[in-house]
Amino acid sequence: MPKPMGRGPRGMGPVKIKDINKGTVKRLLSYLGKYRVRLVFVVISIIISAFTGAIASLFLRTLIDDYITPMLIQANPDFSGLFRVILMMGGIYILGVLASLFYTRSMVTISQGVLKRIRDELFSKMQSLSIKYFDSRSHGDLMSHYTNDIDTLRQMLSQSLPQMFSSVVTIVAVMTAMLYLSLWMTGFVILFVFIVLKVVKTIAGRSGKYFVEQQKSLGDLNGYIEEMVNGLKVVKVFNHEEVVKQDFDIKNELLRDNSTKANQYANILMPIMMNLGYVLYVLLAIVGGVLAVGGVQNYSITGADIVTLGMIASFLQLSRNFIQPIAQVSQQLNAVVMAIAGAERIFNLMDQEPEIDDGYVTLVNASYENGEIVEAKERTHLWAWKHPHGDGSVTYTPLKGEVRFYDVDFGYNEDELVLHDITLYAEPGQKVAFVGATGAGKTTITNLINRFYDIADGKIRYDGINIKKIKKADLRRSLGIVLQDVNLFTGTVMDNIRYGRLDATDEECIEAAKLANADGFIRMLPDGYQTILTGDGGGLSQGQRQLLSIARAAVADPPVMILDEATSSIDTRTESIVQRGMDALMKGRTVFVIAHRLSTVQNSNVIMVLEKGRIIERGSHDDLVQEKGKYYQLYTGAFELD
Amino acid sequence: MIKTLARSIREYKKSSILTPLFVMLEVLFEVMIPFLMARLIDQGIDAGDMGVILRLGMLLLGAALVALTFGALSGRNAAIASAGFARNLRQDMFYNVQSFSFSNIDKFSTSSIITRLTTDVTNVQNSYQMLLRMAARSPIMLTFSLFAAFSINRRLSLIFLGAMPILAIGLFFIIKNAHPIFRQVFKTYDKLNNVVQENLRGIRVVKAYVREDHERDKFEDISQEIYEKFTKAEKLLAFNMPLIQFCMFGSMLLLSWFGARAIVASGNNPAIGLSTGQLMSLMTYTMQILMSLMMLSFVFVMITISRASAERIVEVLDEETDLRNNDNPVYEVEDGSIEFQNVSFCYSDKADKMALRDVNLKIRSGETIGIIGGTGSSKTSLIQLIPRLYDASRGLVKVGGRDVRDYDIKTLRDQVAVVLQKNVLFSGTIRENLRWGDVNASDDEIRRMAELAQADEFIRDFPDNYDTHIEQGGSNVSGGQKQRLTIARALLKKPKILILDDSTSAVDTRTDAFIKRAFMEEIPATTKLIIAQRVSSVQDADRIIVMDDGEIKAMGTHAELLADSEIYREVYESQVKGGMADA
Repeated sequence: MPKPMGRGPRGMGPVKIKDINKGTVKRLLSYLGKYRVRLVFVVISIIISAFTGAIASLFLRTLIDDYITPMLIQANPDFSGLFRVILMMGGIYILGVLASLFYTRSMVTISQGVLKRIRDELFSKMQSLSIKYFDSRSHGDLMSHYTNDIDTLRQMLSQSLPQMFSSVVTIVAVMTAMLYLSLWMTGFVILFVFIVLKVVKTIAGRSGKYFVEQQKSLGDLNGYIEEMVNGLKVVKVFNHEEVVKQDFDIKNELLRDNSTKANQYANILMPIMMNLGYVLYVLLAIVGGVLAVGGVQNYSITGADIVTLGMIASFLQLSRNFIQPIAQVSQQLNAVVMAIAGAERIFNLMDQEPEIDDGYVTLVNASYENGEIVEAKERTHLWAWKHPHGDGSVTYTPLKGEVRFYDVDFGYNEDELVLHDITLYAEPGQKVAFVGATGAGKTTITNLINRFYDIADGKIRYDGINIKKIKKADLRRSLGIVLQDVNLFTGTVMDNIRYGRLDATDEECIEAAKLANADGFIRMLPDGYQTILTGDGGGLSQGQRQLLSIARAAVADPPVMILDEATSSIDTRTESIVQRGMDALMKGRTVFVIAHRLSTVQNSNVIMVLEKGRIIERGSHDDLVQEKGKYYQLYTGAFELD
Repeated sequence: MIKTLARSIREYKKSSILTPLFVMLEVLFEVMIPFLMARLIDQGIDAGDMGVILRLGMLLLGAALVALTFGALSGRNAAIASAGFARNLRQDMFYNVQSFSFSNIDKFSTSSIITRLTTDVTNVQNSYQMLLRMAARSPIMLTFSLFAAFSINRRLSLIFLGAMPILAIGLFFIIKNAHPIFRQVFKTYDKLNNVVQENLRGIRVVKAYVREDHERDKFEDISQEIYEKFTKAEKLLAFNMPLIQFCMFGSMLLLSWFGARAIVASGNNPAIGLSTGQLMSLMTYTMQILMSLMMLSFVFVMITISRASAERIVEVLDEETDLRNNDNPVYEVEDGSIEFQNVSFCYSDKADKMALRDVNLKIRSGETIGIIGGTGSSKTSLIQLIPRLYDASRGLVKVGGRDVRDYDIKTLRDQVAVVLQKNVLFSGTIRENLRWGDVNASDDEIRRMAELAQADEFIRDFPDNYDTHIEQGGSNVSGGQKQRLTIARALLKKPKILILDDSTSAVDTRTDAFIKRAFMEEIPATTKLIIAQRVSSVQDADRIIVMDDGEIKAMGTHAELLADSEIYREVYESQVKGGMADA
């Protein structure tokens, strides 16, 4: 059953570095391991690129102090030295440009490669999980791994990480350059940056608080839209449009309010950072001016000299290069923390226990040779269970479709049993029906046969073999299941039927469709069997979808068939036609039928009446009617199922 | 497209205009800063005049603070404008969706309407905010910076005129080539999401048929496609930054060379040539000019990305309902009589098959009519024309002796109550759900109608009676209970015509019979149309319509049809005699 998409708030709160899980980071890094060599070059390129930027700022000082100022007092200025230095700078710049081109392009390949691997592993892992896992998660949550979580990861890998690293390198480079110029002024800059960071933290905190509120009201509004759009036809039939609009307006307005507040604080952050940068610029000019005018001795890591104009000019340029990367780091940090939280959710799913399958009995094509069953390579329409034994010998049991339950107990969780002492025998060729109220355990029994769930106590034997010994894939291949809720996949009608058996020919698929009485309506579709179905076969009626899913099961040609309310949306006349076809197909095979309509199950060999997880009556239709028990009451309408 | 979207700005026009205005003022002061800076260096630091340093310093601080104020104001207004715009967009879409006819609804899938109302609007909101702030900022910054640069030194500023076209052309080519690839990427993403969604929904089918590997292959093919296309597109975009750096560094070197010569030639005198302070300002402007061009390119990228969302929103906004009131609608339905005159109907113009063909039918007020027919025989199509959920393609449908198109739609639907096949309860209490039928219904009325629908008994078994909370979609009541609640809800409308579209399929035969009897006894004057799969549900009706393949094949009482209609007989036998016994 698809659950409503959960679009609740997720990880949008004010983020802190200490929230980062170290294990997750390590694991994420392991995905990068494959690109180790390349990453080394990326790191070198980033460093080169960052240093180029810093050198560019320092160049101004060289230009003014070493060339322009001396030349001003020369009678015949010689420009050749300047020319050489500019050429050299040109060389450095080209190197820097090439480095940044190299690392951005490399990071694209690396991050997309990592994402593809994570995506594929995630999906692959998901396929191996048990039905139980899917029961406990909403589709919306699982989907968001592929959309939100992967997307934040992409942003982090291809943008935030290189940018942050480059910013940090720049900060270090600029800091070094500043120390190289003047200790006094560097100290001043660091003091200023501390104040700036305090301001940033306050504003980011406010913004984060409202982002959480925004996500909450967005989730609320989404839920409302989902409900009302799903029920739109009912809204129209009851002329309820105005009431719905009013409720919508209230939720919509709340979202607007929170969204405005959240964005407002986020928007203010940038101008503040930028203009505080200017303030620093001015303050530095004044401090530098005072130092220069006062002729104060300047100390730097290279020694002491007097404050020069070139030094101040360079320092001012550097200060701008200092504030910018700090602003960038504080902005990107958010993205990184969010991405790592997303990665954690992805890894969490990857760490789920897969469906346990310790079965060793496999299903093989077989043929008879001299009255003995032997394994065949090609498709023989005869199947056998291949049963290897401890002593190395192998026995073959023909696949017949006999199912027996011995005192089976089952519960979805350990402390609550939903099935008690189920014992039943289904001989090959028999039709066994389950009847009972919603929640009586009908579907649960069938889910145990194909091991969607494992029993708590008792034993189930299939052709005399304990089903726990049978490999799950082979067990399921031998069972055809038609469910009440039909799921179709994007693709042609033919593809959807062929889903039952991938190597079925077109003729076999059409044959199966005819058997299911689906051929007629399929031929009416615009492109017949080649009509492409989208959106879960949206254009088809529920009844038509059920016919398709019966055709799908028919093409699979399994020895045991489970029909779970498979014809509930098909009218009785069509149903009886389908039923005739099915009965012909299932001759000599076992069928389990769950149906609400008693007419569907009347001709079963055995009908089991279930109540609260127990079989309370069993027998043929006539037996049960004579018994005058629950079934009789149902049959005469004296008792209702729901 | 833009015109349609712009209609939703409305009361946020003021903020939408104020934002770029404040941005402009912010930029103006920002550009002044390097200008003042040059003078501070030349006249203050260079000349060693502390007074000038302080005076210009104060001026600079003031400029920075003013820029900050305007920056904050523009940020605030941008948030107000974009959040408000998004609210209006959602509202306009939702209101329009509420006005959709059934055929409009059929055109969009529910999930696509939801995505358009949520994700797509958020995308547009973000780009709108970006547009207001950045798109205004970049050109203004560009103009001011260029102006300031030229006013410092015209000849040196010519360097920009060389660098800018190189950058602009380069960016243009990058974006032009990347855009189509990005579109493909997004399409492939849709495909990926679709595969995951289908896989999740059909996980039992996948597992039952052991198709995990098949699904894996399907997924990995698409995943690979995304990898290739995304890498291609992003690698193209990766040229952005180096290109900008190239132009920036190139300009700075040229400035250094020519600047140095100019300074030396003029003896560092701004009056005749160039000063060191001015050279520094020019360097700053270089950065600003090129950065604003880069931001502009970034805005373009954002817009191309959100364009797809905007198009999807406009599709909903532009969808016009195809059912409208007449100019002089009638607000009174005379009685519950129904008439079909040569009615044909198909769901879309493109469908080559008619859902209904030449239907003629006359139902008297107060009659009870049963409708029987196979899957796809158009039973539902027939009854949907009565409350004008769809309009007939040809022919005339009359209610109370008048063409249904003459009535006010609301009036008509109040008088013709339909219990839909695919019915929905909404989250809220049972009482609230039932009140959908009549907002002003008293508790007694609600109870009486629930009794008629045979729902009162089980409702009273719930711990909270009529105040029991129903979960979204009615998932906490059984199918049969849900059907009875929806019948009670329809009864509360006290309609002249009541239509049940297979609404008792999950109700057992005995309760079904009680409901039918209550209808007969309690609301005899109401015309009742009952679609059913069980013959037992309709066999007591005044007349029964047998439908097959879009046509009325037979009509009459149970006894008449048993005698005359082969189809009816077959259906009857398949149910009463257990049908499949011969197989």
